[in-house]
Amino acid sequence: MSETFTKSMARNIFYGGSVFFFLLLLALTFDTESAFPELDNRENLTEEVALGKRVWEKNNCVGCHTLLGEGAYFAPELGNVYQRFGNSTDAIKGFIMSRPKDGIPGRRSMPQFNLSAEELEGIAQFLKYASGINTQNWPPNIQG
Amino acid sequence: MNYQSQSVAKPYFIIAIALFVGQILFGVIMGLQYVIGDFLFPEIPFNVARMVHTNLLIVWLLFGFMGAAYYLIPEESETELFSPFLAILMFWIFAAAGVATILGYLLVPYATLAELTMDDLFPTMGREFLEQPTIIKIGIVIVALSFLFNIGMTMLKGRKTAVSLVLFIGLVGLAVFFLFAFYVPENLVRDKFYWWFVVHLWVEGVWELIMGAILAFVLIKTTGVDREVIEKWLYIIIAMSLITGLIGTGHHFFWIGTPEYWQWWGSIFSAMEPIPFFMMTIFAFNMVNRRRRNHPNQAAVLWALGTAVMAFLGAGVWGFLHTLAPVNYYTHGTQITAAHGHMAFYGAYVMIVLTMISYSMPMLNGRKEANSNKSQIVEMWSFWIMTVSMVFITLFLTGAGILQVYMQRYTDTPISFMEVQDKVAIFYWLREAAGVFFLIGLIVYVASFFIGGDEPEATAKDAA
Repeated sequence: MSETFTKSMARNIFYGGSVFFFLLLLALTFDTESAFPELDNRENLTEEVALGKRVWEKNNCVGCHTLLGEGAYFAPELGNVYQRFGNSTDAIKGFIMSRPKDGIPGRRSMPQFNLSAEELEGIAQFLKYASGINTQNWPPNIQG
Repeated sequence: MNYQSQSVAKPYFIIAIALFVGQILFGVIMGLQYVIGDFLFPEIPFNVARMVHTNLLIVWLLFGFMGAAYYLIPEESETELFSPFLAILMFWIFAAAGVATILGYLLVPYATLAELTMDDLFPTMGREFLEQPTIIKIGIVIVALSFLFNIGMTMLKGRKTAVSLVLFIGLVGLAVFFLFAFYVPENLVRDKFYWWFVVHLWVEGVWELIMGAILAFVLIKTTGVDREVIEKWLYIIIAMSLITGLIGTGHHFFWIGTPEYWQWWGSIFSAMEPIPFFMMTIFAFNMVNRRRRNHPNQAAVLWALGTAVMAFLGAGVWGFLHTLAPVNYYTHGTQITAAHGHMAFYGAYVMIVLTMISYSMPMLNGRKEANSNKSQIVEMWSFWIMTVSMVFITLFLTGAGILQVYMQRYTDTPISFMEVQDKVAIFYWLREAAGVFFLIGLIVYVASFFIGGDEPEATAKDAA
């Protein structure tokens, strides 16, 4: 770099640029917060859904699955599993309950988590709620 | 080594390398589970192996950053560390917390770990990369604050340089943004949104400051180029990192329930995120070409050039590949993401820590400037084996990802996730093979510390 461009100019660009864009990020964050009520399906965020989110977290579901595309890529996307399973929470519960304890020879298989009836209902309702979030039409199709 | 207290860095580096070995072993296990689905099931299900793999990575990189700071800050500040005792105490606390966490993942089901650590009192568990029990997270904060206090006090009583200041700002940012790990709202959209304030603002934000500062330090030492020149580069690189990376956070917000405008903000700014990495490459090669001396530690120079190139490829090029919203619509959450993640973490953060270890370990072991030629040759072999293996891991995952995107998302007749996984299995087998080569490279790396120890130091003449 040429001698007319000094270290203190570079330093000022760093401080000025960082502060400016951090403030811009904050401003966009505030605006996003104000837009959330229209997008995040909060009207369906019941106690049951909140419990289901805890079940989701306590069993580290995100360690294999993606949810809205985030997580691990070992098992199917679950943001739209409610629709993929024919808009049925019973189908979701049935699948979770039916997992064999010792897995399937040679294949990937979800562990048997031995969830209580209440936990099962919670996780199914949580996935139903997640499927109602406005994701700008993502994923592209039902396969997730 | 100019200051006695720099020696506290040594245990940090040793444990970092040990945990690195553990990380790769679990990586190889996971790679096999991708193709032999019931491997180690139900004893070590995939999610457990993955937690161990990613958490070990984070913990050993943090050990590496802290070790780097304990070595670098006294030298830059031209004074002894404020409290070597505190540094060693924090080492043991962090090591105990890290080992306890990994054992917790492996020995009991995750839900049981959540019960045992009373996660219901203050739930923070079960989010990707932030799976640690709440009590461990609190421990991490305490260690981080003590660490920042220690190096901050050292800087206050000594010489202030741009390198140490930038490193300090990066480390403070690391600690501050980690606090978002304690915010776990019931609202899934808000949860996801602020989760990125840890993950993105770490790896595409403040960690780049840490990387830049360490790279600048090693280049000052190994090339003898004027500090003014190097620090000017450092400032402009990290300026670009934050100017592009802060709003670049938006590329994670496309499809998680945020307003549509993030597709514009995120695409435009994250498309510029390769710029600082490209500048880092130009910077490293420029400084080495303009060197005023031939440093006898050629292995360290190789790592420094390597990290600059691989960070640009992994974070810059492979990041750009899927960062534009219309592309990301199809690639989001596929093996493309995994491909990018592997090469970016290796290129930017694994390699910068290994650069610092390579540079400082000879002195920490009582050498004047460098290891013997024999040791360096082995180390350079490990550089090439690991780096080439990582290139192939990335290419194979990219191959799997392109097919996955096409068959599952893009074609008119999409097929299910599991069917696609079966069809792309050949790429997972190839990735596993590349992973085994990476492990071999890592074993060679560890061996380099035990080879040529009784031989004389390499000299500048050897290096020329």
